[in-house]
Order: sequence, then C-alpha cells, then structure tokens
Amino acid sequence: MNPILATIEDRALTYQQKLAGLARLAENSLSVLTVTPEAQAYRDAGVICDLFEGEAPYRPRYIVPDYERFIKQGSAFLGVAPPTDIWEATAALLILYRHVPSITTFPVYLGDLDALLEPFVRDEAEARKAIGLFLLQIDRTINDSFCHADIGPRETQAGRLILELSREQKNAVPNLTLKYDPELTPEPFAELAAATALEVAKPSFASHRIFGADFRAMGFDDYAIVSCYNGLPKGGGSATLVRLNLARLAPYAKDAEDLLARVLPEAARLQLGYMDERVRFLVRESGFFESSFLVKEGLVRADRVTGMFGLVGLAELVNAHAGGKRFGHDDEAEALGLRIIESLSELVRDHSCPYLTMNEGRYLMHAQVGIDSDSGISPGCRIPIGDEPELPEHILRSAPYHAFFPSGIGDVFAFEPTAKANPRQLLDIAKGALASGLRYFSAYAADADVVRITGYLVKRSEIERMNRGEASLQDTTALGRNAVNNLGVLERRIRS
Amino acid sequence: MADTPDATAAQGGPAGEAPLRGRIAKILNTSAVDGPGNRAVIFLQGCSFDCAYCHNPETRPAITAKPGLRPDGKEAWPRWMTSGQVLSSVGRYRAFLRGITVTGGECGEQPEFLQELLRDARAAGLPGLVDTNGSLDYEAWPGIVAAAEGFMLDLKAWDTDEHRALTGAGNASVLKNLDFLAASGALYELRTVIAPGLFDAEATVRNASEALARAGSKARYKLIRFRPQGVRAAWRSLPPPDDALMERLSALAADSGAAEVVVV
Ligand code: SF4
Repeated sequence: MNPILATIEDRALTYQQKLAGLARLAENSLSVLTVTPEAQAYRDAGVICDLFEGEAPYRPRYIVPDYERFIKQGSAFLGVAPPTDIWEATAALLILYRHVPSITTFPVYLGDLDALLEPFVRDEAEARKAIGLFLLQIDRTINDSFCHADIGPRETQAGRLILELSREQKNAVPNLTLKYDPELTPEPFAELAAATALEVAKPSFASHRIFGADFRAMGFDDYAIVSCYNGLPKGGGSATLVRLNLARLAPYAKDAEDLLARVLPEAARLQLGYMDERVRFLVRESGFFESSFLVKEGLVRADRVTGMFGLVGLAELVNAHAGGKRFGHDDEAEALGLRIIESLSELVRDHSCPYLTMNEGRYLMHAQVGIDSDSGISPGCRIPIGDEPELPEHILRSAPYHAFFPSGIGDVFAFEPTAKANPRQLLDIAKGALASGLRYFSAYAADADVVRITGYLVKRSEIERMNRGEASLQDTTALGRNAVNNLGVLERRIRS
Repeated sequence: MADTPDATAAQGGPAGEAPLRGRIAKILNTSAVDGPGNRAVIFLQGCSFDCAYCHNPETRPAITAKPGLRPDGKEAWPRWMTSGQVLSSVGRYRAFLRGITVTGGECGEQPEFLQELLRDARAAGLPGLVDTNGSLDYEAWPGIVAAAEGFMLDLKAWDTDEHRALTGAGNASVLKNLDFLAASGALYELRTVIAPGLFDAEATVRNASEALARAGSKARYKLIRFRPQGVRAAWRSLPPPDDALMERLSALAADSGAAEVVVV
C-alpha cells in the first residue's frame, strides 16, 4: 500500500502520530543531501545509520533550550512575561515546551526542573499541587519518553517534590536524571532517588563529576542530560546523531589488525563526511538558525550546537575478532574493545566539521542505545543481554568505556523486587558505579510497570494495550514493544 | 552462589606462625537482603543446629579435611581461608560495599576466626554484621562484640523443648544472647521464621517482643514466612503461613513492645 495512505488508515496510531508520520514521509520524498556513493553503500548496508533523522534536516535533532534564561526574560515571541510564582512558572514552561522542536516533534529536554522551580516554591502544599499538575500535563501531552528532565546535584524542596510525585504518579514521561555528586548530593536525597527508581525506573544517576569535567573542558560551566542519556551543552544541542553499527562492520575486516588499521578509519571517515553534509544542510540551507525564535531570543545559540558520533554493537564486533574471547568476561576481549573505542575516539577528535564552532567543530562520541528493529546488536558498548556478569563485575567491566562518551553512554540494571525493601543497596551500587568511572547508571525493579527499555521508559501496561491492537498515547510504546521482542530487553539478568 | 577469584598469597601471616583460617562455605559479593545497604556476605561452614527448615543444609556439616579441586582445577567450596584472603576476594568490589555480613552455617562456631575477620574488615573500612543462631555466648567474647557493627540474631522458638524439637539443641544461650545483645545496644535485628505447626509462634513472638522492650532495644523484629524452596525434602510439604497469621503476629509483636516489626 502507498505509505501515505497506510499511515492515514492505521488503526493503531493517534492523530498526532499520523501527523508526524506524514511529515516524515513528505521530508523523505526530497533528496537534497549530497551523499557519496561509498557512504551510501554503507547506509544501504546498515553500517551507517542516521536513525530516521530524515532526508532534509530542518531542526537540530536535539534542542537544549536555555530555560534559566527563559525564566528570567520570558519570551517576546510567545508573549510570556517572566514568571513570578509557581503557577506562572509551570505555565510558562508548558507553553515553551509546545514550541521546542526535535527529532521526535517533542522537546527532548525540559530543563533542570528543580533549579528552575525552586525559587517559586513558597508553600509546600501549593508547590506540590502545581508541580503535580505540571508533571501530569507533561506525561499526557508530551507523548514521547525521549523527553528528559534533570534534577540535582543539590537537594531542593522542588527536587524532593519531583521525586515524590514521580513515585506517586507512576508515569513514563518525563525521563529523569539525578545529577549526583558525592560532595553535593546529601545521602537522604540520593536515597529517596534510589527508592523512587525501584518504583518507577527513574531517576537514573549521572556522574556530575565526569559530565561536569568534560563540559568544563569544552568551555561550558553546565550541561544537560537529554533524550535517553545524552550529555549536551545548555542553550544549544546536537545538530545530528548518526551511528556506526559496529556489529554490521565486523565482516568487513579480516582480523583485528585489519579492523584497526583499515576498516575503522574508512568507516569513520565516511560517517563523519555524512554527518558534515547533514549539518551543512541544517546550518546553511534550512534556515533554522535564521528564523527560529529560540535562536533570536538567545535560548539556543549556534555556537553551542554540536553533532553526535554514535556507535552500537561493540560487543558483537569484539566477539567476532577477539579469537574466541568473550566481551564483558575476558581481559583480552576488553583490551580489544578499548583499542577500538580509543581509535574511534581519536578519529573523531581529529575531524572538524566546517559548519560548527562549538568545541572547534569536533563531534562528541555517543554510545547509542539501539533502535527497536536492531536484533542481535547490543546498544553502544553494553554487554549483551543474557551474557551479563555478576552485578559489580558487570559495572567494573563497563566502566572503562564511559570516559570516551561525553554525549552519553549508560548501563541499565534490573533488580529483584525485594530490593525495594532496601533502597540503600541500590544507592550503594550506584555510588560505587559512579566512583568506579561509570558516567550514567539506570536501574529498575523487575516487577515495575514502568520499565527502562534501552534508554527510554515505557509502561508494560501500555505495551499490552498495544498488543491488543489499541492505540497508545505515547509513541515510544511501539518502540518499546518491538525492542521487547527484538532485543529481549525484559530478559535482563535480575540482580538480587 | 558467587564464584570469587582464587585468593593468592594463601600462606598469609607472620613467618613461622600458622595463620588463622576459617572454613568458608561461600562468598557473595553483593546482597540486598543481609543488612542495610549493599553487603558482601561471608558464609562460614558448619552449624551445630539442625533446623527443620534450614535453607542452607549444605553449609551445616563442619569440614575438617582440606577440600579438593573441581574438575576445572579451581579450588572447590568450602575452602579454608585467612581473613586477609576473604577480604582480598571481596576487595575488587569494595567501591560498592557498605559493609560485610558474616553468616553461615553458624559463624559463632568459629569464634576466633569471626573475631579476626570482623577486626580486619573494620580496619579496612568495612563494618561487619554478625548473623547468628545465638549458640555462642557472645558475652564471653567481648572482642567479637567490640569489632562487630551489630548482630542479627535468630530466635527459632522461645520454649526450650520446642526449640530442641525444631533444631536438635536447647536455647538457653540464645535467650541469654537476646537479653545481652539487646541491652548492650548491639542487636540490630531479631528474626523468627514462622513455620506453622513446628512451634508456638504466638508465644515466641510475644515473649521475644517483651524481652526487646524490657531491654529498651530499638532493634527491629523481622518475621520471616517459611518458604519450602531449598529446604530438605522431608520438610518441603510443610505449608507456608498465610497472610492473616503473619499480620496477626506482626500486630502482636508491636503490641508486646517491639520497636519496629517487618514481615517478609
Ligand atoms: S541455624 Fe541456620 S544454618 Fe544452622 S541449621 Fe538452623 S537454619 Fe540451618
């Protein structure tokens, strides 16, 4: 059937999902990008993949508005004055969210909500009501769980309310991160976060030290965690995310030496060139940076926009070329994995995109979480599901990769429901993980309704609804359902 | 069961002096259910009780001979280990640990080793909880009490005859420990496995809770449902207690003075 008509007649899509699907089809009817035949061959083979970003980029893939500035100055374009109380603040943010584009059509970053709202928290009961309604509206109108809010590292009343309300409401949206710093984050607050994670699979723990240091080195005093777990500068974003499928690349190499000497540099060169072309169109042709009110009002700045060099399937590539040694278990396999990532990291660092100024045009590395159609391809640098070592060993084996990925990498762990009686245990593990070099740590209880698929959250009850052929409010439910089938994400080893 | 790396430096201790070794049944590098936070659990081999509902019957017999090797050449469990070897085995996972928990079998069967392990662990920054059936008189081992972070004491049954029928041993020492550890503030948790028909659960819960209250103890009282999984075949048909009974006992414990009651 004609894909346009198929979209229109699909019984399992909401109106909004159809609209977005139709827009995608329209965009993809163009061919305005100049792609070299070699790069196109890699795209056709699924080695290089732009993750459905579209054939004519007309907005950065991930936009990270400077919400602090918005709260201070309001918006002339939107006709919103700077808020003076909690009701005005939450209303102003909800208004702005409606106008923040992204790859998903929904905002992928909602702000460091605790810091944004804390100045307006005067009466606890009133703030609870306002923030409760705010979170409810986010879940029901931003129907996509690649939508992320941050809290921490310091404890605030607003931060505590956000955790408590997340636990009560049990919603999949927004995704939530606690920026954790052992010196700034008080133990009881972190413990509340751990207890909340065991109920609703969020927040995740981000190492404020590691992210902070990485972004300081690029000249930024702050950073945001957006979408799945992507670290990006505030007031900017990422023009594009293209991923290298290392699992698919494996057969191109004769052996490990050939891989490192010839295959990887060639693949990286092609992917970098393809990314440059996407950025070129966005920056030079699309008109986004000349026309968006976000840019005009200083909420997004072109010099804070980067691009993300993604990769998946390290485990499969290593297992193919490590002479029988197993990724995640054998030191030799780990050594090969690190050599691969080090050399990719160097190749990326040596390249400068002529259309970007942030970080001197250098792209940031990103361990991509995969897409729902991936089968037998592990996300980023993760150890394959079904082959996971014991919990602390798993973390120690994963940690060395985290240093290379300022724009995001993370591991997800499923816990026995009994862990809910002892949230301090989860906190101990999370703290140990971050102290051991993990940049980002996520956990959920095996019996929870809200579960983390790869980076995003989905309600199991919504997947069941979709399995019955009904539409689901969140467009991520369909992705979650496919990932459950293709990636076996609910078969993660259960930790006691 | 965790498979820990084989400890090297097996001959620790000053030259000429035989190092103290414990009989170790197994080591878990991480646990959510053996005290607060994440803990490594050290199971000492050997127990003089013979509880009907024992979930680790393989840890009961004491070993005397040096254990052999598995077919893959690794040393089999149980093992003889020095406290240094135990700590270096969990050392790789130090960053994740709030402490250790020493259990069994019965850790009080090897008091010298228990004391040394607790001291060394504390020196390494890992406070140790003692999970015990109370057969050892801890008042006579002030070194253990001083080195321990706290105690988790099992009270199988209040009545001596019932206790004997259930475990093959009397409970004078258990009751003495209850009073002593509760009064000294060293008791972290008291626990009773509720197995209907094996003993008078109500009398046990009531008396134990009153004893806690008398001693002014803030220890929590954990009432554990008997579960047939893992117990010896003869006892597998024993029915687990129903929710109504557990609720009744929980209320009884609170009414009788237990500061905090947990049902699992
Ligand atoms: S005291 Fe513990 S280890 Fe010993 S027999 Fe009883 S349940 Fe088993």
